[in-house]
Amino acid sequence: MIVNGEPREIPAGETVLALLHDLGLDEHARGVAVAVDGEVLPRARWEAFALPADARVEVLTAMQGG
Amino acid sequence: MSVTLDTRADPLTIAGVTFDSRLLLGTGGFPSLQLMAAAIAASESELVTVALRRVGTGPANGPRGSGSLVDVLAAAGVRLLPNTAGCRTARDAVLTAKLAREAFATDWIKLEVIGDEDTLMPDGPELLRAAEELVDEGFTVLPYTTDDPVLARRLVDVGCAAVMPLGSPIGSGMGIRNPYNISLIREAVEVPLVLDAGVGTASDAAIALELGCDAVMAASAISRAEDPVLMAAAMRDAVRAGRRARLAGRIPERRYATPSTGEAGRAHFD
Repeated sequence: MIVNGEPREIPAGETVLALLHDLGLDEHARGVAVAVDGEVLPRARWEAFALPADARVEVLTAMQGG
Repeated sequence: MSVTLDTRADPLTIAGVTFDSRLLLGTGGFPSLQLMAAAIAASESELVTVALRRVGTGPANGPRGSGSLVDVLAAAGVRLLPNTAGCRTARDAVLTAKLAREAFATDWIKLEVIGDEDTLMPDGPELLRAAEELVDEGFTVLPYTTDDPVLARRLVDVGCAAVMPLGSPIGSGMGIRNPYNISLIREAVEVPLVLDAGVGTASDAAIALELGCDAVMAASAISRAEDPVLMAAAMRDAVRAGRRARLAGRIPERRYATPSTGEAGRAHFD
């Protein structure tokens, strides 16, 4: 699985929420969004969505920017 | 005759939302969140930009969530304007906009699609394509664009809520390099016109409003100033001054002097 451009050892079937916990985030994290294989995964689906073994995941957050 | 000094009497309206302030603030470049918060307060800006970046996945590389930034901006009481900074294609910009909508619960997006690494100038065709798609998806799109009146009109034609032409390249501080084009854009579009990029100091912001822009966006000019809070206050005042000068109607430029004191009744001593 590729998370934010880096290979990551994650058991297939792990949920997005479990991945976020690994990254130090939770379901209440403000200013966070997730894309799986180029599609937005809404917050309401984080808990149930099981990541495929070859998923490409982007976990993004608010940063200062013009 | 009374002079209206109350900015509330002259609000800026973008997509049906009204603002007392005509200054948009970029949050990039501030050395600390505390300084950013103080500058926002001094600027009196009500609309500030934020970017989306990857959460750090390894030890100590990148942010672990952004609670503090989002919390500071919420405490400031400002409306968030997420951007698509760094996107090079329409596809990336559209996906980033959708992620921003999810992250910040707003369908407003400052659309940036960059086409040149040195100048960070917008890629017109990709920008227009992304704008059209995002409008169709229900976004309120504020595109960062070149100072080309034709492209500005095309962006409005596809449904953009405002246009944000550059005065000069992002972070360059060169001010408005082609005031003529900005005034042409003012004539070409009826949506809010926000001068974005290039502002270096307060006079640049005042000139933008004098040329007919409805608002100014400033980021580096404030955040990288020696005293960001003082510069934020200067920008606040400059935007007000420029707006009033625009409404007041300036005198035409003339090649030679026009006496301000009449000839009639002047004494003759010989």
